[in-house]
Amino acid sequence: MRNIDLEIITRAVKELSIEANTVANCDLKDALSLSIEKEVSPVGKAVLGQLLKNQNIAKAENLPICQDTGFTVVYLEIGMDVSFTGGIIQDAVDQGVREGYIEGCLRKSIIKNPLTSPVNTKDNTPAIVHIELIPGDKVKVSLMPKGGGAENMSRIKMMKPSDGVEVVRDFILETVKRGGANPCPPIIVGVGVGGTFDYVAYLAKKSLFRKIGERNSDPEIALLETSWLLEVNKLGIGPAGLGGKVTALELFVEVFPRHIATFPVAVNIQCNAARVKTRII
Amino acid sequence: MGNIKKNINTPLTENIIKTLKAGDEILLSGIIYTARDMAHARLQDMIQKGEQLPFDAAGSVIYYVGPSPAPVGRVIGSAGPTSSYRMDPFVPSMFKAGMLGMIGKGSRSAEVKELIVGKCGVYFGATGGAAALLSGSIVEAEVIAFDDLGPEALRKLRVKNMPVIVINDCYGGDLYLEGIRKYSEEL
Repeated sequence: MRNIDLEIITRAVKELSIEANTVANCDLKDALSLSIEKEVSPVGKAVLGQLLKNQNIAKAENLPICQDTGFTVVYLEIGMDVSFTGGIIQDAVDQGVREGYIEGCLRKSIIKNPLTSPVNTKDNTPAIVHIELIPGDKVKVSLMPKGGGAENMSRIKMMKPSDGVEVVRDFILETVKRGGANPCPPIIVGVGVGGTFDYVAYLAKKSLFRKIGERNSDPEIALLETSWLLEVNKLGIGPAGLGGKVTALELFVEVFPRHIATFPVAVNIQCNAARVKTRII
Repeated sequence: MGNIKKNINTPLTENIIKTLKAGDEILLSGIIYTARDMAHARLQDMIQKGEQLPFDAAGSVIYYVGPSPAPVGRVIGSAGPTSSYRMDPFVPSMFKAGMLGMIGKGSRSAEVKELIVGKCGVYFGATGGAAALLSGSIVEAEVIAFDDLGPEALRKLRVKNMPVIVINDCYGGDLYLEGIRKYSEEL
């Protein structure tokens, strides 16, 4: 067994919170740069230029790329040969978020209890923590500050088992269309298919941790990803929703077996400020 | 962004608004006010009770934004637009109080679009996700009410050459619909 003090997790979460919110990843920058060539609308091209310029300003001036520094989603892949000391994982992650969001001048956007105590927790906690166990003695910490505007345009549908692939496609297109300019296009579309009502949403969210260009390992699913992305980019929504060919930069699909009576589909929309940072401990 | 930009100063007047068409790229300067969901709920309550608002609403422009905290040496943090549809229910009251312009992102309800025509108002779009860039056009910022709401407090901003684009004009023009009409390849 390898022992890890949870203080190391706290430090990682703190640093990743600040880095994710201020420094755009290369895959996103490259995708935006390439999309300027693909875009035919002059205003659309200008918006894409603004987004790249914005990323440069954020990095140079140590400012958040977007004022909505999100609900902090932390995905922990924990090696089964690891044991922890120093408390419990949720507390360690929350402490990292607290320190990162205060020190990094990041916006605190979490409301304590939507029903009985609608007040700001003032430190952006709690974080959403997903844990998966993996072989080995390492811990992979992936952190995504997830903005509210794109989250609001995400949808789940419990389709009929007799529905085909086209119905999934139509639901994705309808979701992107309904979102219009709200989720800050060009977006990234995360699709989950199968599992249960809760798990399908998790699959969609998990897909958004992938790097742009990283296809599903199943070649048939990978083909659906690229063909659905083309369909999305025919909708005409364009950068900032002002019209154009670049509505989405990427579309990911994650699939899981389904029950004979159910066919869940989840579409989780990610905004143009797609922020994910990862560290292996 | 791409084309020639019009310089517009606040407060807005009917004469200024009549010169604006959907798709016009604007550099906005002057005083604007920030408010989002909770601040709007409180403002609407004050308007309905006939109370005086904490700012001069006549010809005002409301920016739907909850900025990130100002780091040392800056007047404000990152400050891009939030989705406007959530403020749609408050727009009738805000027009009644004297507001003429709104800055946000995303399409508005049919009722809001009708009011923009009927009241001779304007809806500007700012680029969602360009929050650090937009912060650069804010030269002064001050919380003037609802401090307890944190990022959602009502702020008075002085902006200089803030890049926005006319989405809904007073003639019924709608840039979002025009854009999709022009670029959609749907069968």
